[in-house]
Amino acid sequence: MSYIRKPVAHHSNLPVNALGLTERDYEGGMSTLCAGCGHDSITAALIQACWGLDIEPHKVAKMSGIGCSSKTPAYFLREAHGINAVHGRMPSIATGANAANRNLYYIGVSGDGDSLSIGFGQFAHAIRRNVNMLYLIENNGVYGLTKGQFSASADVGSRSKGGDINEQPPIDPVLTAISLGCTFVARGFSGDKEQLVPLIKAGLQHRGFAMIDVISPCVAFNNHEGSTKSYAHTRQFYHPAIHTDFIEPRAEIRAEYERGKTMPIELHDGSTIVLRKVDVDHDPTNRAAAIGYLERHREAEEIVTGLLYVEEEGRDLHAINRTATDSLVEARVHGNQQAVLEEVQTQYR
Amino acid sequence: MPGRVNDFTLKIATVNGTGSASANALLTKAVFRMGVPVMGKNYFPSNIQGLPTWYEIRVTEPGHLTRSGHVHLMVAMNPETFAKDHAEVTPGGYLLYDSTWPRVRDFNRDDINIIGVPLADMVNHHFADARTRILMKNVAYVGALAALLDLDLAVIEGLLQETFGESKAKLVAANMQAVELGHAYVREHFECPLGLRVEERDLTDGHIIIDGNTTAALGAMFAGATVGAWYPLTPSTSLMNAFSDFCERYRTTEQGEREFAVIQAEDELAAIGMVLGAGWMGARAFTPTSGPGISLMNEFIGFGYYTEIPAVIFDVQRVGPSTGMPTRTQQGDLMACAYAGHGDTRHICLYPADPAEAFELSARAFDLAEHFQTPVFVVSDLDIGMNEWMVPELSWDANYRPDRGKVLDADELDRLAGPFQRYMDPDRDGIPFRTLPGVHPAGAFFTRGSGHSKHGTYTEDAAEYQEVMDRLACKFETARAHVPPPAIEYAYAASGGDGRQRPRPTACAIVSLGSCDLAVREARKALKAGGTELDYCRIRAFPFTDEVERFLAEHETLFVVEQNRDAQCKGMLLMETDVARDKLVSILHYNGLPIASTDIEEAVLGHLNREEAI
Repeated sequence: MSYIRKPVAHHSNLPVNALGLTERDYEGGMSTLCAGCGHDSITAALIQACWGLDIEPHKVAKMSGIGCSSKTPAYFLREAHGINAVHGRMPSIATGANAANRNLYYIGVSGDGDSLSIGFGQFAHAIRRNVNMLYLIENNGVYGLTKGQFSASADVGSRSKGGDINEQPPIDPVLTAISLGCTFVARGFSGDKEQLVPLIKAGLQHRGFAMIDVISPCVAFNNHEGSTKSYAHTRQFYHPAIHTDFIEPRAEIRAEYERGKTMPIELHDGSTIVLRKVDVDHDPTNRAAAIGYLERHREAEEIVTGLLYVEEEGRDLHAINRTATDSLVEARVHGNQQAVLEEVQTQYR
Repeated sequence: MPGRVNDFTLKIATVNGTGSASANALLTKAVFRMGVPVMGKNYFPSNIQGLPTWYEIRVTEPGHLTRSGHVHLMVAMNPETFAKDHAEVTPGGYLLYDSTWPRVRDFNRDDINIIGVPLADMVNHHFADARTRILMKNVAYVGALAALLDLDLAVIEGLLQETFGESKAKLVAANMQAVELGHAYVREHFECPLGLRVEERDLTDGHIIIDGNTTAALGAMFAGATVGAWYPLTPSTSLMNAFSDFCERYRTTEQGEREFAVIQAEDELAAIGMVLGAGWMGARAFTPTSGPGISLMNEFIGFGYYTEIPAVIFDVQRVGPSTGMPTRTQQGDLMACAYAGHGDTRHICLYPADPAEAFELSARAFDLAEHFQTPVFVVSDLDIGMNEWMVPELSWDANYRPDRGKVLDADELDRLAGPFQRYMDPDRDGIPFRTLPGVHPAGAFFTRGSGHSKHGTYTEDAAEYQEVMDRLACKFETARAHVPPPAIEYAYAASGGDGRQRPRPTACAIVSLGSCDLAVREARKALKAGGTELDYCRIRAFPFTDEVERFLAEHETLFVVEQNRDAQCKGMLLMETDVARDKLVSILHYNGLPIASTDIEEAVLGHLNREEAI
């Protein structure tokens, strides 16, 4: 949503990926968000992840709804088509686009207002359909563009900039997603790119709906004392449960992993994610256990992060539909239409 | 009543959920198979079991496949509505009832003939279980009617065989047994056939009997639609069911892979979102819905208009406002479709008159949507969508190629000098070029419902915003010359100076649209017989074409016939054409039943007589 075209700077010594592209080639327009906004860090993480995966930028479809978070698809992958839908309805756009063409990467960027209030229904049903996409919620607990109202993810007791105290219980996208059958559920923090980039890579390679709830402080309206979504609060209660290492197909697993504390999971494209348990109590492949673990830590007011639940065997939208592997973009006008019409009409004579 | 051969109406009053719908369809099809044109209309409740339902069958050798306003024979099977059904019979007509239970004190008319048949009693003697008895009672009245109306039993048996197939020969036999029970009783106790009867003809050759949701679905498949999204909503549900069935059969590979995707959405908000997502990606996508769905879709329809994404929306209209009467028909969404969305929006709408035209316009809608990169409505209604109509066999142009519109492919994008700009107007027709995701890096752009410039960039600049809005208006003007012209019939022609025949307009004329057509036609014929000739213009699309404008200009009085309370078509004509307000006279019908020819005939005569009196 830039007024100013972002200059494309070429540095001859930037590293290139397998496609010969530098990270700069994965950038988009100039951000118009506030200086220090968590969302811009997430944009940077997305750029790094796509570059690292050697994804052809134009093989990505970027989508969003309405809100600060939803502006961000304009700030990365300038060579990818983007669509900024109506408020809370990005999941349906993504579902239809994905139904029409399964052969692209889908990145949806949403916010807590967009996904947990106005778009809660669409968020839930896209999960149920297991649409093959990466779905980021840039979660700051506040409506930024309308200047500071609580969102549905605001914690009880959290104080708004104007001094109000929130008394309604929050909707936790992570617990919600797991209970809805989401096949990839993670939480990250915009301030921890080291954790976030591999999560995004794994989410992109996961076949099915990969939801990452990213705590992303709003510097303008929710970064004060008393807010539970401020940088300071998030850092204080940050509890990484699992660190995810993303290992590309064919790459060797070189790092030394401590037995019992690591868990390699192979993704459908042959790449591997190695989950390093920071907290040995957590088993991210057991849905009931994951829910119990999250509930326990929620009571302790901890912000648990990492890849919290994953199910690589889930069937996505197309597996359920038995869709042909080609895209459905070409109009299917083939065969002998006259004969079909004749055959059909026989039943109505 | 004088004898009426092949020209009468019977109405069957039953309780829904008893299987009467199949019995009634059987009767209708039997008349059709005997070569006599027939209309069947189902007036059913929004309920699964236990509420009153009626089925009206008009046997019409002259081909008036519309409600006549008469009931020559009432089959009164529902005690709850008996008094009303009894009162509705046209003087001189007949009433058939189940005489298992005496009803003599309910008969307070001496101008109709009563036919009592102990249907329940007969059926209970011959069939054991309760459900079969209920079903067979309906089949027994088919037998009774076959005797009274002289229907061919062999035709009925043939139809039963087609329905049940060879594997269910027992069911055919049981049904035929029930038919014969009714048939034999009536033959024995009454003079058969009645004055009303069916005589074999060959007038249905080259015709089919089909509903408009099925044909619309077929049109979508023939146009190459691959993505459908929907939320179940009467009366549009059967459209998607039919599409799925057709695609399962004709769009599935030998390996069982589907070359289509039908998604049952969580609501209409999502259904239209999925259609726009698929359209943005480049697929031909559609959603069938009805009024309540249109209300919910408004925000996204405006988005589709402003971002210029093709989409096809079928509005199978039902009675509004609000939940209204979900199983009754109306043309109450004309304006809701034409102007859906907040802000300045206008949409291409197509108005089929019957299932045959629903097939044609359904396919056409996909071409228009992609040609003009915009949501297009096929504005049908419950009468067209769910009733079975006798229509000429459908035809399809073997050379049909979908019009995908101005889409730049990879080669064209390779040759592009400078960045792709989404909303320019190089051809000065208001239609920009678009690109599809995943095709080429140079094609990328950002689709947004917020203010954008012709380059596709975000804007809040007054001039840049307005430039795009003006181009959208220009695009709508271009569409005016591309949408289907009206169907116009002039009563008279005169030779011009060059020897060519030119229409000589009547003073008064009728303007109408959609499912009013057949009622208008019959009314015109009746009025002509009484000495009143009226030209007729049936609008087939919005924007209104020049032909419509011309027709309005060349007549002094125009009766605008439509099925809603607030004269929506007339309102649109006043807003969108130069016609003078005092030339337009509304004929409105909006009680939920399809308009009858007599409604129109009486309204026209009433108006003309009043004018004369002044």
